[in-house]
Amino acid sequence: MSRVSTATVDEVAVVAAPDPFWNRERRLGVGITVIGLLATFVFGALAESKTARFTLSADASGAALSINGQVGTILFGLFTVAVGVIMLTGKARSWQTLLLCLGILAFVLSFLCWQVAGKFMPLVDTLDGSLEYALPLILGALAGVLGERSGVVNVAIEGQFLMGAFGAALVGTLATSVWAGLVSAMVGGLIIAAMLAVLAIRYLVDQVVVGIVLNLFALGITGFLYERLMQPNALKYNQPPKMPEWKIPGLAEIPVIGPVLFHTNLLVWLALILVPVIHFALKNTRWGLRTRAVGEHPTAADTVGVRVRGLRYVNVLLGGLVAGAGGAYFTLVSTGAFNKNMTAGAGFIALAALIFGRWTPFGALGAALFFGFAQKLAYYLSVAGSPVPNQFLNMLPYIATIVAVAGLVGRVRAPAADGVPYVKS
Amino acid sequence: MRGITKRFGDLVANDHIDITVEPGEVHALLGENGAGKSTLMNQLYGLLQPDEGEILVDGEAKVFRSPRDAIAAGIGMVHQHFMLVPVFTVAENIALGAEDVRGGPLGILDRRRNRRDVLETSRKYGLPIDPDALVENLPVGAQQRVEIVKALTREVDLLILDEPTAVLTPQETDELLGVMRSLAETGKSIVFITHKLREVKAVADRITVIRRGRTVAPSNHPAAALDRTEGSAFSPDTSEDELAALMVGRDVNLEVTKTPSEPGREVLKISGLVVDDDRGVRAVDGIDLTVRAGEVLGVAGVQGNGQTELVEAIMGLRGIRAGAMELDNESLAGMGTKKILSAGVGYIPEDRSLDGVVKEFSVAENLVLDMYDRPPFGNAFKLNPKAINESARERVTQFDIRTSSAEHAVSTLSGGNQQKVVVAREMSRPLRLMIASQPTRGVDVGSIEFIHNQIIHERDSGTAVLVVSSELEEVCGLADRVAVMYRGRILAVVSPDTPREEIGLLMAGATSPAQASPDAAQEAAAQEEESE
Repeated sequence: MSRVSTATVDEVAVVAAPDPFWNRERRLGVGITVIGLLATFVFGALAESKTARFTLSADASGAALSINGQVGTILFGLFTVAVGVIMLTGKARSWQTLLLCLGILAFVLSFLCWQVAGKFMPLVDTLDGSLEYALPLILGALAGVLGERSGVVNVAIEGQFLMGAFGAALVGTLATSVWAGLVSAMVGGLIIAAMLAVLAIRYLVDQVVVGIVLNLFALGITGFLYERLMQPNALKYNQPPKMPEWKIPGLAEIPVIGPVLFHTNLLVWLALILVPVIHFALKNTRWGLRTRAVGEHPTAADTVGVRVRGLRYVNVLLGGLVAGAGGAYFTLVSTGAFNKNMTAGAGFIALAALIFGRWTPFGALGAALFFGFAQKLAYYLSVAGSPVPNQFLNMLPYIATIVAVAGLVGRVRAPAADGVPYVKS
Repeated sequence: MRGITKRFGDLVANDHIDITVEPGEVHALLGENGAGKSTLMNQLYGLLQPDEGEILVDGEAKVFRSPRDAIAAGIGMVHQHFMLVPVFTVAENIALGAEDVRGGPLGILDRRRNRRDVLETSRKYGLPIDPDALVENLPVGAQQRVEIVKALTREVDLLILDEPTAVLTPQETDELLGVMRSLAETGKSIVFITHKLREVKAVADRITVIRRGRTVAPSNHPAAALDRTEGSAFSPDTSEDELAALMVGRDVNLEVTKTPSEPGREVLKISGLVVDDDRGVRAVDGIDLTVRAGEVLGVAGVQGNGQTELVEAIMGLRGIRAGAMELDNESLAGMGTKKILSAGVGYIPEDRSLDGVVKEFSVAENLVLDMYDRPPFGNAFKLNPKAINESARERVTQFDIRTSSAEHAVSTLSGGNQQKVVVAREMSRPLRLMIASQPTRGVDVGSIEFIHNQIIHERDSGTAVLVVSSELEEVCGLADRVAVMYRGRILAVVSPDTPREEIGLLMAGATSPAQASPDAAQEAAAQEEESE
């Protein structure tokens, strides 16, 4: 066997990518420092010097963490500043993500101390509510992950939610079974996904346009059927059973986390289990490797015998099932009846969570929980009569997404072939 | 392959082509750009399906519906544009499509086995690669090794290499040719698609020439040495001139004929130029260049060493970080492309279809893209179609643009004729400076000859010409002085008569020949082995 050296000169000199001074960490450091200063001086000055109580239950009773509102506001504000300064030095690169989370957490705590001063905040209720708001967002964003990692943009999550919610209400009522409702919710999501897949993959229509059209279609058809069918006969067609809450003995007794995670409904568990499952599968299975290849460089996948379009169909349809299940939340978990346009843009927030979470399952989970918390907080503030308009918090998902997409917190990179139909040459 | 015919609409890309590849041979598939070589091989690899004809593997007729079928029949292909996922590791890229999995239907990747297989193949064939490196961080030479290993791990008997040397330095090319030979010695068959005659002469056992979708038969060319086996292949004893004539269908002059230059005043003067690329990475890193009236300055270098950014900076298409650019002592920086063009700078961009022509526009419209708002073609409010069409007809004749009408869309023209439209447009103005970036990429040999002559003609009329090309032959043929660019710097300015090996070493970044001696390469290989 002849041994031929093919090492070339270009490997002798390894080129070092130049690192600009204002790298990602320093830019983030500036941001954290600025919000830290805002918290310390603005929130600190506005905060009343009264005790803020964070109760470990769903109401005002029981044990609580207490702190003087103003002191807490300033302390957490200063802590935020400190984190920002550490990041500015540029010496803690490997801790970047942890520091970022710490900084944001401290800022949020500072804000809470200001708002809760002289009042109380029930932690269990807050977390429970955050998770509930986050639930459809998690499922919707996961549906997006499935489709977009294989290269199909899914703007139709909103439509899948609506069809899912409608299907769950209708079939759930007719069959008087919450499980029949859940299954038909998934079928509802699947129907929209199938239309998206055929139009985007087979007929190469612009995927964003298809997504928007499908949203309008879902809004139109569910609205029509609601007015013609459900409204006149609500008892017969629009009174689905609610999803039962199950309690896992033992685990549910853990303070704070127990009642939130282990005394809840099946849909929450489904969403929380799907996150690591999809993460592992994308990373470590044949399906995942092929999905990522098809989303990044479909021609390369095709030339080694991967069925590009087939895989995209599978992933978009799987995504439809997951998003449809997310739609079931609105009728089977939340309100207990279908209403026209009841999802009210949640599908778009899920899309925002997908992007903010950088197209990864755990990122999507984190973003969804963050957005869910913001929504719950907005609700809390309006009830507590806070001077801060709750609309500001409702804006948060969109602002966060704009910040993320604009690249202010580092490069948000979509799969390279996301939204690009595959045409064989 | 027997009687292969493939049509795209009215175009017959392959017209009853027969080709036989023996075990253990390097079979060169020679032809001009667009002759149908890649189309033919894409059918062998299952990416395209022939309209007529059959493919026989070891005497057995096969139908390849997709690359999967071709791989199963022992056929591998390394594409001209690498088929690697940039964000995957080397091992993941090699595994893709033929993954080692465990866990039954779950299909969990067996990364350890995958990695071991890669290293094994890499050792066996002497192609050093690091299985854990991200492909996007690898230099092109290494990416190509990944492609070859990818094919070899699938245990192919026949390996198709589509224009594999286009992105390589001369040294890397020689190494690749060596790899091809040693693979052939182990009994693998290799189909080597190329249009470079030197490489064919260096490595091929047999040569099949394709011209306009048909094989060129030896019987029609008694002068060519006849092949030792059946089929329509030539032996490598056929001379380069002969092969070139077979490719083009008539005698071609491979050399650019020109008189010695008479350099005049300094027209373009660049000093200390620094330019960043799209990602903000330094692409041009302090360049000093002078182009004089009446001379051609050639910039040689492997693609992606800052040539694109240099040209875009001169044309005002890209901002500069530092340095100065002067056209007859007038600063070009911040001038704006439109002003630069009207100051007498002609520009042939490297990507014709993206920057050179508007494909949907007619030939006539494309010919006035730079002058549509000036008399006689128009004014600030309206166009003058009569003048535009008249001038177009003239230039179609003058520049030998082959189209039945100047009103046809440019997209209906062949690559060579599209490029002639660009050349005609740019040379129809009085020029002081002409910048030609990859002026003959994707252009047929006949048009190459014509375009080269036009460039020399422009030089002789006193224009300063800057030619950038990754084809060393082209640069040396056209230029009066050759500047070698490497990683954003000019390493040296040499005479075009410098031996190509020496220029090749410069293109690989060696400032003195000793630095890139074969020993150094061996050492690097040894180090790489150790690190594995």
